[in-house]
Amino acid sequence: MRIDKNTIYFDNPVSIYSTSSIVGPIESKSKYRNYFDERVDDDMFGEKSYEKAECKFQIRAIQQLLNNAGLYIDNIDLSISGDLINQIAVSSFATRSLNLPFIGVYNACASLGEALFLGASLIDSGNYNNITCTTSSHFASAERQYRFPLELGNQKTPTSQWTVTGAGSILLSTMNNKTKIKGATLGTITDYGVIDVNNMGAAMAPAVYTTLLKHFEETGRDADYYDCIITGDLGKFGSSLLKQLLSKDNIQLSNHFDCGAMIYGDNKKAIQGGSGAGCCSVMFGGYFYKLLQKKQINKVLFMPTGALLSKDTSLQGETIPSISHAIIIENDEE
Amino acid sequence: MNNYLKMVEKSSPKTKMLPTLIMAFLVGGIICCIGEGFLDMYKTYFPMLTEVELRNATSMTMIFLGVTLTAFGLYDKIGYYAGAGSIIPITGFANSVMSPAMEFNREGVIYGVCSKMFVIAGPIIVFGVTASVIIGLVGMML
Repeated sequence: MRIDKNTIYFDNPVSIYSTSSIVGPIESKSKYRNYFDERVDDDMFGEKSYEKAECKFQIRAIQQLLNNAGLYIDNIDLSISGDLINQIAVSSFATRSLNLPFIGVYNACASLGEALFLGASLIDSGNYNNITCTTSSHFASAERQYRFPLELGNQKTPTSQWTVTGAGSILLSTMNNKTKIKGATLGTITDYGVIDVNNMGAAMAPAVYTTLLKHFEETGRDADYYDCIITGDLGKFGSSLLKQLLSKDNIQLSNHFDCGAMIYGDNKKAIQGGSGAGCCSVMFGGYFYKLLQKKQINKVLFMPTGALLSKDTSLQGETIPSISHAIIIENDEE
Repeated sequence: MNNYLKMVEKSSPKTKMLPTLIMAFLVGGIICCIGEGFLDMYKTYFPMLTEVELRNATSMTMIFLGVTLTAFGLYDKIGYYAGAGSIIPITGFANSVMSPAMEFNREGVIYGVCSKMFVIAGPIIVFGVTASVIIGLVGMML
């Protein structure tokens, strides 16, 4: 491992050996539905509460991951997972039944970036062989924690987003696979003073902007080096703000994709698109990883984005800090 | 930073005023017409009731309708299109009490249903009671 300011390069190969994704009913109507491993029609998933349902989503994602990789639970050395529910309860409760060593992570919707960085560092250290990185979110469990009861007859604001119901899991391994994590640029907490909790895209766009500038500066690369720069859940409006910010530095992002803006397509109910810790994990695990495996894309900068607020901080009038880590994912050259 | 906030403000998508207002006016109006309908009906069938009792009976009917539509998961769908049109009438108040009661029933009767029931309607009740006490005192002095 070499560290250059905020950018880390892994010297030992860290393969993304396999991925899995499982989504809820609305995501099952997405145009990317055929890329997801499992689609569930019932958002309760046969459970008694939405939190339990989200746990089941995570457990199924990990079981599916093992299936896809052809491994057994005993082959896994460590499970790193995160979600949005208070005290990351969903991840802890899901891992309880799997009987795996567990590290819980929280960077809100950027938790997957944090998990991938931690997992890749541990694999690079040579002491771990197989690590699962899992994140999930659930529309109903997020809504009741952060916003209003589901049956309340209110309207969403034009900048709001729809929390993705689903879980995605990624297996990092020393086993060889052409898709590898080569490094990462860690983000700092960025706060440009946005206070509107219904405008997460505006709160998070500056985090991507600062991490991206730092990444370009420290690696000497430019946006064209990558086939895709994938952000987590800026949504449509957040993506346009990111482009406006970058245009001031004369950077054009022609290869930018946002998981949140993509997942629901033109579904009007989702307004600016998807959000949540599960959004980037199902889109990366389901869609982008398959493109990487087919070699349709080879160099990717994956940047999950997270807004680090709580319901109380926003009621107390605090601004919304946000973070985004950039993970460098590349296919081996032949 | 200030520049960024100005940029956000300038480029944020805004609510379309005219269609929103028309929908709110229509749905709110229909709900009130239904209320007036019940009032007229009660007047015809229960002539022994006083004016105040008739109005109370109408409010109770509308609250019952609001709660029932919420329980069947329909009120949020009306609210999606109608906005303030279905929030302001008494049916909306019923919805704001019923929806958290349903949402939090898994947390138990006391700490779930009963305590969370007023998370949205609580401020309305506080201001309503306070205002009525003040008006009552003013009325007493006049």
